Amino acid sequence: MLNRLSASLEFQTQALTLRSERQRLIASNIANADTPGYQAREIDFAKTLQQMTGSGAAIGAPALLAGTDARHLATGGASAAMRDSQMLYAAPSQTNLDANTVDMDRERASFADNAVKYQATLQFINGGLRTMLDAIKGQ
Amino acid sequence: MSMFNIFHIAGSAVSAQSQRLNTVATNLANADTAAGPDGKSFKARQVVFQTVPMGDNGAAGVKVVQVREDTAEGRRVHDPGNPNADTNGYVTYSNVNPVEEMVNMISASRSYQNNIEVMNTAKTLLLKTLQMGQG
Repeated sequence: MLNRLSASLEFQTQALTLRSERQRLIASNIANADTPGYQAREIDFAKTLQQMTGSGAAIGAPALLAGTDARHLATGGASAAMRDSQMLYAAPSQTNLDANTVDMDRERASFADNAVKYQATLQFINGGLRTMLDAIKGQ
Repeated sequence: MSMFNIFHIAGSAVSAQSQRLNTVATNLANADTAAGPDGKSFKARQVVFQTVPMGDNGAAGVKVVQVREDTAEGRRVHDPGNPNADTNGYVTYSNVNPVEEMVNMISASRSYQNNIEVMNTAKTLLLKTLQMGQG
């Protein structure tokens, strides 16, 4: 019964987790903007989210660590999917003498974009929760 | 929760950049230091950054692995009247290039600001996440 309540939020929850993973990835890129030889990383958000929620895993059962016992807790949906999907390397728009491929303009744009979309996902979750509460209260 | 990791990542970068700013300050302060009686002048210092893995999934911070001294010869000026002059009348000054240092300073300061902004955004997002279901 309880999973009926949370099932409708499952997709947005996965999206939110992936958004926070991507936010961290972009933060790493920005932190290493001056590190010689650092290669900027990026994920294909749509593809990874599909892997987490789509045909690869049944909806509501994200890609998980292998559980060898029925009593094992489900862990690390986003982490597992991200590892599986092999994170990409951002293609440098301009070559750099120190072999660093972080494009600060692009990273900052991605960071702002990802932050806004994170908040949007949060709004969706809040909306879903409110709808559910309204249904429960029956008013 | 990967969002908390952002503070470690951006924090490591901020600390590395502030060390770089410190080094720039040292260099600029000693730009006109003349060599003492031992004939050794001040050498410009540069920090060397390196990536540090922080958790899985490509999360990476940054740290200063070493502070290297510029090996270039110091600037030599013919000034026989100077008490620091050697037997040929030359005074050796530090090898600091103030223009390079200023560029380095601006770059470090911009990177510092960027990382602070990253932290601020992460904080906002986390606070909004804490209020989930209340609005």
